[in-house]
Formats: sequence, C-alpha cells, structure tokens
Amino acid sequence: MATHIPIVNYLDLDDPAHLVATTCDECGAKFFGERLACARCGGRGFHHERSARTGTVGSFSIIHRAPAGVEAPYVSAIVDLDDGAVVKANIVGCPADPESVRLGMTVELTTYEVGTDDDGTAAVAFGFVPSKGAS
Amino acid sequence: MSSNIDDHDIWIIGVSMTRFGRYPDKDAFLLGAEAALDALDDADLTIHDIDILAAGSVNQIRAYPAQRIQKHIGQTGIPAVNVINACATGATAVRTVHQAIKAGEASIGLAVGTEQMGKQGMLGAGRFGAGGERRFVPEGPQGAVMQTEGILGTGLMPGTFAQAGMRYAAQHDGVGPEQFIKIAVKNHENSVRNPLAQYQKAFTAEQIRDAEMIAYPNTTLMCCPTGDGASGAVLVSGERLRSLPVETQRRAVKISASVLTSDPWAPDGLVQPDINTLTRNAARQAYEVAGVGPADLDLVELHDCFATAELIHYDNLELCEPGGAGDFIDRGAPKRDGETPVNVSGGLLSKGHPLGATGVANIFEVSTHLRGEAGDRQVEGATVGLTHVIGLGSACSIHILEKGNL
Repeated sequence: MATHIPIVNYLDLDDPAHLVATTCDECGAKFFGERLACARCGGRGFHHERSARTGTVGSFSIIHRAPAGVEAPYVSAIVDLDDGAVVKANIVGCPADPESVRLGMTVELTTYEVGTDDDGTAAVAFGFVPSKGAS
Repeated sequence: MSSNIDDHDIWIIGVSMTRFGRYPDKDAFLLGAEAALDALDDADLTIHDIDILAAGSVNQIRAYPAQRIQKHIGQTGIPAVNVINACATGATAVRTVHQAIKAGEASIGLAVGTEQMGKQGMLGAGRFGAGGERRFVPEGPQGAVMQTEGILGTGLMPGTFAQAGMRYAAQHDGVGPEQFIKIAVKNHENSVRNPLAQYQKAFTAEQIRDAEMIAYPNTTLMCCPTGDGASGAVLVSGERLRSLPVETQRRAVKISASVLTSDPWAPDGLVQPDINTLTRNAARQAYEVAGVGPADLDLVELHDCFATAELIHYDNLELCEPGGAGDFIDRGAPKRDGETPVNVSGGLLSKGHPLGATGVANIFEVSTHLRGEAGDRQVEGATVGLTHVIGLGSACSIHILEKGNL
C-alpha cells in the first residue's frame, strides 16, 4: 500500500524526485500535464521525459493575502528550468521576504509532505529551494 | 459636412457610465438599464432606433443581462446577445455590435457592460480544508490530490499580475517597486478629477508603499477594488450617421480599429496566462488598421488592474522604447500633462473595475475627451485615443478612437 502520493501526476517521487515533462514529438514544446494536441504547433504526438531539477527564478511574488486554509506569506515563483521547461511553484527553505528571494537566483527541486489522509497516506508536494551558494 | 462620412466607417454617437462604486440597493440589470438609457439619451435616440443589443457581464452572465435590461428599457424584439470574455467582456460587447453593423445586419446598435461584485474579496479565492473524511484520490487531468493554490505557486489575480510585472523587472533594467508605486501615485492623483471614479483620493508614495501588502510588490493601493457599475455605448454605421442630426454628427467619434486577440503559444503560458504577447499582437493590428501610431495618441486608457500590469503595457502598446517602461514612468511620460497621458480617469486602480463594465467605460472615457466634454480632467485638444482591456485566459481588446471633425 502506497504511503506517499504525489500532489499532481507530473511529479515523480522516485530516483530522485523529479518533474515529468510531456514533450511534443514535433516541435519539442514541453508541458506539465497531458495535452490532446500541442498548444504550440498542433502536433498530436508526445513523449514523457525527466525534467531538470535545477533552474532560476524567472519571476516571483510574495503572497500575503491568501484564501482560507493557505498559509501566508509564501513565495510563488515562475521557475525557468535548465532544460527550457517553465514551472510555477513555491520557493521554500528561505524567509518569505524580498531580501531572501532574488530574480535570477538559482534554485533546486525539493519535495515535502503537505498532509496525511485517513489511510495514513502522505501527499507530497514539490517546491524549489535556493541552491547552495546561490547566485 | 456629411460628405466626410464614409459608408463603411462605424461611429460612436452615445456613451454613458454610472459612477462606479457599491450599489447594494440595485442589481446589475438596473445599473445596466440606467447606462443604456443614458447612452440612448446622449445619442438623442430611443430604444426604437436600436437594431441589436449586446450586454456584457461576468458574474451575472447566467442571468442573461441583455434580456433583463430590455425589460427595463423596452422589449422591441431585436436580437439580444449576452457576452462574457473575462475582463475584456465589455469591449467584446462593443465589438459584437460593431461586427453586426459591419456585416450589414444592423445600422444602429447598443452595447452595455454591467457588473455587481459587492465586497466579494479576492477573485477566484475558493475555500479550502473542508472537514469530513479525507482520502487522497487523484482527480482531473493533472491527477491533483488536493487544491494546489498556495502550494504550487499562485493562480490568483494579485500574484499572477505581480509575477507578470516582476518578470518584466527580471528582463529589463530600471524596473522595481519604486516604478510600480509611481504608477499608483499617478492614477490615484488623476482620480481626484473624475466624479465617476469609485475612489477619488490622492496618496503619497509612502502611503502606497506602506499600505497592506497583498502580493509583493503590489500593496492594496496598487490593486484595483471590486465594485459595481455599468457603462453603455451607441454605435452607428456611417451610412446611417449621414441621416442623423448635424449635432449628432458633430459629437460623433470614429472607431478606427476594433481588435480582439487571445494568447498565442508562449513558454510562460505553461504556468500562467501570458498577458503580453496578445496585447502586443492586438496593438500592432490596431495601429495598422487605424493607420495611426503610438506617437499619435493623445490619451490611453489601459488595463491597470494592478500597478505592475500598467507598467508592462507601456511596452506592449509601444508607448515607450522596447524595454523602456521604467524610464517612461520615471520621466513622467504617462502623467496627465506628459507625452502620452495614461489613465487620466484614475484607471482601474481608483475608478474601479466592475468586470463587465470596464471595457465599455474606457470607451466612454476616451470618447468624452475626444468630444471635449471631460470637464476638469479634459486632455486639451485630444483627437486620437486608445482603449485597452485584457482578461486572464486570455482575451485582449483594443479600440482606437478618433475625433470626427464632421
């Protein structure tokens, strides 16, 4: 019985945890989550590939006003992954203030538990932490 | 005099807007009907002259505002269309009437945008953490086992538009919180001259910076409010305008371009709606169709739902040099006495943003200036103006309007 479940199906928790891109066979556009046809070129064929675990902060915001049940403040970011894919995620492992998060900062994928259900299964989310010696 | 009117041009001959604000004693249909009658009065016409009605609303769309408005202003049996297209809803309603006239199905039409939002708080912010039994079962195409808002970044408006502005800051020098704050100072200052604005109060840069942080770098005074309101516009074919009174012709405003775009594919579109490319595409099309350039514009009403959004649209609409949006605000170019006045109405930040009404209201604003009827906030001698709205998803509409000189 599974004791861990990824929060979304494009997160693979194994060896080590990584995101799985859905890549267009024709033009190479990368998506997270399935598509019927490529939003870029209309191609119908895709393959899955392991996405980069490292990237840079392409943009961010520090969210202070959030819906009930969401802890705030937190850092939301657009991360430009080193393989050209783009993903939205929280920046974790550093204070949620503009002094700790910088545009262009290098970051690395991390995973952490975000809750446990009645069967004891833990949901695992992904986020990005500043790389060691991040520049 | 009427020989200047090309049969195929389409004109605005009546505009209106309610003051934006909170109307708990009314509903969107009554507000829309008030705006409709005011626009008809402004055009010196009655509902019996109207061949088509298009009504835009976001929150009230499933109650069919066009037909509800007809019950307040006259049920003449004409085609009535309900329009929803995110924050471009009102502009899309105007464009629906424009298309009907262009197609020859109508010679005079009425577009209304209306909305009642009340104090509903942050848009799209659903409730989380319901009690009861909990089992993680993957749901939907992405196999999510729980709500991901706030865990995998944000998809709500304040954060999305903050990230759009910070993306621009990452790619261009001289852009940061200071520039975004200057935009909010400008728009709040402009609102003091606009009796139809929801808020008419100037703030200092310090007051804006120190206000409650909503989504860095936007504080609450850098986010548009929710509110209620309506706006209307009467459009007419050139052929029909020739038969209308000289006074109507004298005040007529020409629609030189009416453009609608959606997001083309862009890498950022994978994670959040790209509000830039479709605005750039719409601007390029609009300038080409109208035969005018950004330097010809005497005023611009653009979609400043957040201060961060206004800055990037300076560049998207080619009001500044490529990459120069920071310098554009730093040198005061978009101020009411600057090179290209932007949001002299106070903008969405202070005029308000009742979603469906917004895209008609900025046509009201520019038309009023082109007619020389904008009172204290008049941009002197204005002859060409541009309106821009964008709704996340995305939908972008641009209209270029010109003084008729008839």
